[in-house]
Amino acid sequence: MTDPLVQLEQLTIRFDDRVAVDHVNLTVSRGDIVTIIGPNGAGKTTLIKAILGLQKATTGRIRVTPGLVVGYVPQHLSLETTLPLSVRRFMALTGRNATDCEKALERTGVRHLLNASIHHLSGGERQRLLLARALARQPDLLVLDEPAQGVDINGQAALYELIRELRDELHCGVIMISHDLHLVMAATDHVICLNQHVCCSGYPADISTDPAFVETFGQRVAESLAVYHHHHNHRHNLHGDVVPAGSHQGGCQHDHG
Amino acid sequence: MTMVDAILGDFFWRALLGGLGVAVVAGPLGCFVVWRRMAYFGDTLAHSALLGIALSFLISLPLNLAVIVTCVGIALLLVLLSRTRVLATDTLLGILAHSTLAIGLVAISFMPDVRVDLTGLLFGDLLAMTRNDLLWIYGGAVVVLTLLIVLWRGLLMSTIHEELARVEGVPVERLRLALMLMFSLVIAVAMKIVGVLLITALLVIPAATARRLARNPEHMVGLAIMFGFIAVSGGLAMSWYLDTPAGPSVVVTAFLAFLLVYAGARNRHD
Repeated sequence: MTDPLVQLEQLTIRFDDRVAVDHVNLTVSRGDIVTIIGPNGAGKTTLIKAILGLQKATTGRIRVTPGLVVGYVPQHLSLETTLPLSVRRFMALTGRNATDCEKALERTGVRHLLNASIHHLSGGERQRLLLARALARQPDLLVLDEPAQGVDINGQAALYELIRELRDELHCGVIMISHDLHLVMAATDHVICLNQHVCCSGYPADISTDPAFVETFGQRVAESLAVYHHHHNHRHNLHGDVVPAGSHQGGCQHDHG
Repeated sequence: MTMVDAILGDFFWRALLGGLGVAVVAGPLGCFVVWRRMAYFGDTLAHSALLGIALSFLISLPLNLAVIVTCVGIALLLVLLSRTRVLATDTLLGILAHSTLAIGLVAISFMPDVRVDLTGLLFGDLLAMTRNDLLWIYGGAVVVLTLLIVLWRGLLMSTIHEELARVEGVPVERLRLALMLMFSLVIAVAMKIVGVLLITALLVIPAATARRLARNPEHMVGLAIMFGFIAVSGGLAMSWYLDTPAGPSVVVTAFLAFLLVYAGARNRHD
């Protein structure tokens, strides 16, 4: 089902003289996982903010399906320690009832923290709480800005896996920014490499050999990703066991043998 | 003479009732000052109240109204100026806080036929509370508390994470304006209690004291109101028995409560 949730047409955003986002076309539909990668200062966060309606377009258009419910997981939850807040209370601020909130926490695996203070959470717990908050709103579109930041490497894989599962359960669109190239390649349908303009985009396996990608990230990164894909025509579950790749869209064509 | 008349007829009871009325709204608003790091902003608004007083003499507007209008005006000016990003916000606040205070003082000195109790304006004149003042305080308190209850979730959400709030459909800008309006109102009525120089203390100290013991935002608001009550009644008692100025005595009491709570609950972090 291709039901476009958000469409960017020739989106350009300028700050004074600097072009942050340059003529970007992008469509996110239900069921898509779109990942934006790119070097620092590439305009990734600005692009995300435009989709969220937090940043105005200088030129171009941002089309958002009317009535779209967006679940947003911001990059930092820098909390003022002067504000005492429990996980339960923070969830309740979504305006959803207690059952929905607890269900969402259960789904992201942090229900046991219900009565904890949000100031005491670890990086991973905080990301899962933010995800639960986005989830409780029953979003049509999930927007995540570096969701795995401050999460250890095992936790990162599990987090991306969870995002995939949520996409299937909610049948929502997902758009995220990530720096974790290896994990992104395994967990996403569509990668957009941004450097102000879209320098390349496509399926994860194709993009790592794209000359523009190689130019942006360097030969070594590109090669390591290509190798990674070759070896990982399967996936690991949370316990590290190998599971079949299943419907790895446009995945590598190599034979394992 | 009825009971009510007996109470309202006594300056001490009027002072106490007025002080408690202000503490009820200073509690929740003080929490927002602490949460949103607006202490300096509150100070600037309070100082600009003096400009409002000068204005009220100049165009013979009711005092409280003139103060509210001036505070709202200065608040809007601050928002506009901080958007231009020419100067850092704290520099802007520093400029406006003292300029408005100075302009107010100069303007008042130009009105020789107006006799103003300057000390009362700067440090409060709690014991000179009139029935009219009480009316303003309780009227203002009803307006502010109603607004706070209606807007509570949005205000809290935009305080915790502004962008998240915006994405979730909270009208962040409008709430900011509402908050400024409430501040202006509270400054206009609290001026009588502690004066323009000490208003921020009445907002910040009880809220900061409450933070130490609170587990959630509403709990903190309740405790801030309680510490406000303690400050007002303790200050009045101090003023009564030791013959100290009432406004500063209220602030000193608030500060003592703050010290006690922080010394007693040193090991708690929530």
